[in-house]
Amino acid sequence: MLDMVRKDSFRHGVHPPEHKDDTSHLAIRRFPFAPVLIVPLSQHLGKPAIPVVREGEEVSRGQTIAEPDGFVSVAMHAPASGVVKRITLAPSISGSMVPSVYLQPHPAASQEVDDGEPCDVESATADEIITAIQRAGIVGLGGAAFPTHVKLKAPEGKKLDTLIINGVECEPYLTTDHRVMLEQTADIFTGIRYLLRATGAKEAIIAVESNKQDAAKKLRENCPDDMPVSVRVCPVKYPQGAEKLVIKSLLGREIPSGGLPADVSAICVNVATTAEIGRLLPKGRGIQERVITIAGPGVQRKGNYRIPIGTTVRFALEETCAANNISRVFLGGPMMGAAVSNLDIPITKGTSGITALTTVETGEATGQQEVYPCIHCARCVESCPLFLNPSHLGLLAKNEEYTEMAEQFHLMDCFECGACSYVCPSHIPLVQYFRLAKKMVRKLSEAT
Amino acid sequence: MSELKKSLEIASSPHITSGDSVEVIMRNVVIALLPVCAFAVYTFGTAVALVLAIATLSCMATEHFLCKASGKRSTIGDWSVAITGLLYGLTLPPDLPLWMVAIGGVFAVAVGKFLFGGLGSNAFNPALVGRAFLQAAFPQAMTHWAEPLGDSRFAELPTSTLALPFAQPAYDAVTAATPLAEMKFDGIQAANRELLFGLTSGSVGETCAVLILLGGIYLVIRNMMNWRIPVSIFTTVAMISWMFMLYDPVAYPTPAFMLFSGGLMLGAVFMATDMVASPITNAGCWLYGFLIGSLVVVIRYWGGMPEGVMYAILLANAVSPHIDRLIQPRVFGTGKGAG
Repeated sequence: MLDMVRKDSFRHGVHPPEHKDDTSHLAIRRFPFAPVLIVPLSQHLGKPAIPVVREGEEVSRGQTIAEPDGFVSVAMHAPASGVVKRITLAPSISGSMVPSVYLQPHPAASQEVDDGEPCDVESATADEIITAIQRAGIVGLGGAAFPTHVKLKAPEGKKLDTLIINGVECEPYLTTDHRVMLEQTADIFTGIRYLLRATGAKEAIIAVESNKQDAAKKLRENCPDDMPVSVRVCPVKYPQGAEKLVIKSLLGREIPSGGLPADVSAICVNVATTAEIGRLLPKGRGIQERVITIAGPGVQRKGNYRIPIGTTVRFALEETCAANNISRVFLGGPMMGAAVSNLDIPITKGTSGITALTTVETGEATGQQEVYPCIHCARCVESCPLFLNPSHLGLLAKNEEYTEMAEQFHLMDCFECGACSYVCPSHIPLVQYFRLAKKMVRKLSEAT
Repeated sequence: MSELKKSLEIASSPHITSGDSVEVIMRNVVIALLPVCAFAVYTFGTAVALVLAIATLSCMATEHFLCKASGKRSTIGDWSVAITGLLYGLTLPPDLPLWMVAIGGVFAVAVGKFLFGGLGSNAFNPALVGRAFLQAAFPQAMTHWAEPLGDSRFAELPTSTLALPFAQPAYDAVTAATPLAEMKFDGIQAANRELLFGLTSGSVGETCAVLILLGGIYLVIRNMMNWRIPVSIFTTVAMISWMFMLYDPVAYPTPAFMLFSGGLMLGAVFMATDMVASPITNAGCWLYGFLIGSLVVVIRYWGGMPEGVMYAILLANAVSPHIDRLIQPRVFGTGKGAG
């Protein structure tokens, strides 16, 4: 209907039910160690890490087990003290087999974490911080898993003036960022110190949606006086957490199509990533665990857990007493999360949550929905935050006009937020079409 | 607890939907039309109840039969053909012979909808296609109007209603003049109050502006209609007719008369807003509305007929895909907004 253009927000977008009340009040709890942890060597975008341990070798928790291969790659650390059983292929969320380290934790080990070479926030140079972040294995914990240190280096000729700490967390069900903001407030500010130094940005803005007022309050109360940090509360709207949109909401700047935040002098880092930087760098440690939300109607012991990297989805669901009639499990929230076909895949650095639906929800709401022809109701056009025309793109996809989709209708700008499919009264799987079309476009451009 | 279900469903995200469906939207349009239908029966009597029933039934039967004949599942369950039937019925003269109603209904769905590819593919509003066919085939019957609120409207049927197929219908009374015809040919303007509450003669469902607007508002609130289309049409018609009235207040009617007479309300609110046959962008909808509004005024002032809403909408329907081609949303990060 009327599209309210509000300050502190972006245009279009949708309002799916939030489902955050089940877990947002639950403090982060530690998760037990699974009998076997599977640590893929490629948990990030970029080149896989190179293993530096051998099969049969004993490792201690926090020890580096794989080194970055080049600049766009990060290190891996042992999530537990134990024995490297095998280094071989393991199933992954994409369905392909990826090289991974199988680690068997020692049942009786103290599981203390190894310290490494500390990086002092006061004396380190920008490049030293960037290297330390790479060595700590830090990637975007919001879900993209892009190596954070790569972002921090502004491209030649660009200057960064604003650092945005993204605590929007707009996906339904997920409450990890919310809990991190409440429980790791000090770590976040330490992390911001590192990031400001590394990027040279003059100020930092923490973005929070209005459904997390308690977190905004806590952050404001604990903000050190000497830091140029402000907290901004945006109205709730999906997909505000996307980099392009949170920058639009806070700064009113539009990243050019195909461009980077640096093109508008901004940089955006997830709040949990910031907290990990603040927690790990002073001790020279690496990521060996992360906070995830395990929720959804199929899970009985819903909550926010600090879980070792490499824990399988099966172990996580068993420990949280998943119902026997779970029918659909996805990593992340319901809008963008990828469906799991094999419960034996591991949780990686980019996994922000596990959501499980049962046959009750999928049968009624999503399972047997009939697909109608497009009736041009324009709801997708009204919801697309990037002002694409999903209705027309869907039509082109059906006719396999992939080149036209990319060249005339900005297909490659689509970041698959799911708003169009969510509102479509004809239940056309638009995002699925676009994923396929993007793949085809990439294939075609490689071929030529 | 160790044996978690082995087979899981895989689907592409998003895994949730808003819950609205084509059926829900279409059903709500039918709901919004019901008060208009009820009022039509009240003003014009039993004959209109029969017209609406035959119109809807003929449309639904045609869709059902054509689906079956082409080996598809029947699509009458999605309610869209019910809308076509009701809308088509609402545009007809109250005492139109029922056999003509049935023929027009078959034509509306068969040619206006099915020939183009069914739901979602119709280039024109099917209800108007049916009416346009009747207008061309039976011009006399299509311009014979009954008086509203006749004394015996519930007691007996007009002779013409039950006329035998392909026979020249006999009429009980001479045709009443619609407000637009009175204006055009005699220069008499009906009172605004009569127009608002539908106490004039005219097509079955076009007379009561208040109920039509209420139905429209209901759909807009439920986000099932683009309010920009009717608003654009109303604004255009009002502005143009206001300018002409300033120029010559005797020859040209007031904007209020132009808005509330004839089929403009019904057309602007329920016909022009047919999602399939109207543009998809908001800017496109403003332009589309402007086009309809100007065409209505042009046809009414200078055309041979007193009313032009039907042709205005059909012409704009034809232009709609071109508007879509011309006007696309400005993609985020392109043009002047970027940077």
